[in-house]
Amino acid sequence: MTRTRLWAIIIIIVAGLLGLYLKNTYQTKPFKLGLDLNGGIHLVYKADTSKIAKEDVGASMETLKNVIEARVNAFGVSEPIVQTEGMDKLIVELPGINDTQKAIDLIGKTPVLEFSLVEEMYGTVGTSTGTTTELFPTELTGKYIKTARVEYDGRTNKPQIGLVFNDEGAKLFADITKNNIGKPLAISLDGQVISAPIIQAEIVGGQAQITGSFSIQEANDLARGLKYGALPVTIELIGTQTIGASLGIDALHKSINAGVYGFIIVSIFLILWYRFRGFIAAIALIVYTILNLFVFKFFGIVLTSAGLAAFIISIGMAVDGNILIFERMREELKRGKTRFDALEEGFRRAWPSIRDSNISSMITAFILYTFAASPLIKGFALVFFIGVAISMFTSITVSKNLLLAVSKKNK
Amino acid sequence: MFIVKNRIIFYILSIILIGVSIFSYFSWGLNYGIDFTGGSSIEIQPISTSTVVSQIDAKKVLDQNFKDAVVRPYGENGFIIKTKEIANNQDVELNNKLASILPTHQVSRIDFIGPTLGAELKQKSITSIILVLLAIVLFITFAFRQISYPIPSWKYGFAAIIALFHDVIIPIGFFSIMNHFVGIYEVDALFITALLVVLGFSIHDTIVVFDRVRENLRISKDKNFENIVGKSVSETFIRSINTSLTTILALVAVYVWGPDTTRNFALVLIVGIAAGTYSSIFIGSNLLVTMARLTKKK
Repeated sequence: MTRTRLWAIIIIIVAGLLGLYLKNTYQTKPFKLGLDLNGGIHLVYKADTSKIAKEDVGASMETLKNVIEARVNAFGVSEPIVQTEGMDKLIVELPGINDTQKAIDLIGKTPVLEFSLVEEMYGTVGTSTGTTTELFPTELTGKYIKTARVEYDGRTNKPQIGLVFNDEGAKLFADITKNNIGKPLAISLDGQVISAPIIQAEIVGGQAQITGSFSIQEANDLARGLKYGALPVTIELIGTQTIGASLGIDALHKSINAGVYGFIIVSIFLILWYRFRGFIAAIALIVYTILNLFVFKFFGIVLTSAGLAAFIISIGMAVDGNILIFERMREELKRGKTRFDALEEGFRRAWPSIRDSNISSMITAFILYTFAASPLIKGFALVFFIGVAISMFTSITVSKNLLLAVSKKNK
Repeated sequence: MFIVKNRIIFYILSIILIGVSIFSYFSWGLNYGIDFTGGSSIEIQPISTSTVVSQIDAKKVLDQNFKDAVVRPYGENGFIIKTKEIANNQDVELNNKLASILPTHQVSRIDFIGPTLGAELKQKSITSIILVLLAIVLFITFAFRQISYPIPSWKYGFAAIIALFHDVIIPIGFFSIMNHFVGIYEVDALFITALLVVLGFSIHDTIVVFDRVRENLRISKDKNFENIVGKSVSETFIRSINTSLTTILALVAVYVWGPDTTRNFALVLIVGIAAGTYSSIFIGSNLLVTMARLTKKK
């Protein structure tokens, strides 16, 4: 008896403290919100892994992830997410960004840098006779670049790109320049020649400059692209989602409203139908809500609109255990048992059904999570699973101890 | 027991509902969203709440300018423009276009699902439905493995599965009918999720009733199966109604006050859970009685 009272008090105090923690960290450690509540861009890429040996796919995906992560980080987004999914998918989430085109360019475009020798050709091409120039690509490409950065021309103060080749690239560059002194070397970017300086002498040391008419922004983007290199596999954009910030905030407010009203309606129903025990169940429901929110925050669960819907539904479902027990109690009371015994019996007898039915919900949630086709569903399944698991605890432990603590007196 | 005695009436009611649902599905079908068909969906909302343009005028402008697209109202004052085209990177362009044709509105959300992703979503949905059904059958057979009198435990599983089909067919039919007669009710990935949750929830209800049958078979002096099932149903009746009711109340809150994205989702769940509660009270347990009778006659 004193023990159940003690437990009841401990539960209330712990719940109160957790509630206080939630309130105090409201600003400093906010809940993690998904893009649909926060606004931002969600991109789904499919990598073409058909040309890669099966055992290397994992490693290539990892490299792909790292390269794209580096590009995204250079973009200066707060808390971007880059993750691989399944065998060949890559998910990129950019919270707070709304310019999809820019994001796609940044992630997907690898500048292709080529160095070609220019030969003048005499002869007939089509109907015109005369001199034509033809490019002969050398082996030297952007692949051999170690770093790239923006420099400014000492005289004109115009931005240019300073390149440093790796050892292999430096050797290639030295060979090319040594063998072709006096000839122009065309530097082309994405198939477009941007400059063709005449080779004056052999260049050793593996450094080069690309001059052209860049804006500072263009030079920055180009340097970044060259530095982080090419993607190990080609990727194709197969899905995007762009959500405006105001829409996200609106959805968040609506979800919170729905949660508050849902909680109030369910509590009113419980109190009207079950009176005092309903009131205790409503208190257990408050404990349930606090515990859930704490788990969301503590484990950094990403909340989406579907996740919040799952949470609200789980409030309605969490009552289930209580109702099973209360109905059992009613029957036991009818059979002439004392209130305390009826309570013990009600809990004991209701447990198998509570366990079985919750397990079936958890199986559903688990399958949904594993085969979730979109972040919205994943969010739903995760929160639903957590909700059902916690509800098993609160409907048994919390409401039982609370009811036992107050029931002896009424005997 | 009223429910068991009048089981024919309850069967007939279910058969009518299922018949109408199946009829509607095959004649009018479902309206699949871009999750399954691929394409783009562009949501636009008024910039400020005091929009001067009326919804009808705004729709006219949009219809004229997005000729190959379906424009429909969405939310309080917004629209959804649905196209087969790819709009994965056109937000700036779209906003510029809107600024010139309908300056009171702006793009608030763009979803683009390529054909590859659409196919994958479909595949994954089918896989999860099959797995959930399989898991449920296994679970029921396991949970009721000890009962073999007067019908074998797999028949409990069978009755539960019939009830599950009932619970899934009705929301599908509901969406098909609503889409045909009332407005646009789209079937998307969340719809499938809702159906799976309905499966889990309905089995939950059915288990509670069957569990009581299991218990009463053990303790009851009256060994008449029909009476035992009747007793079990009436003992669990209020509980079944009340747990579904609290869940539906929470769902109504999501439907009424929640964001637009989860509104239809809540609706499927409400319909499905209502159907599920009906089936576990009036269909599942009655099927046990019917099956027991059929066995006896042989």
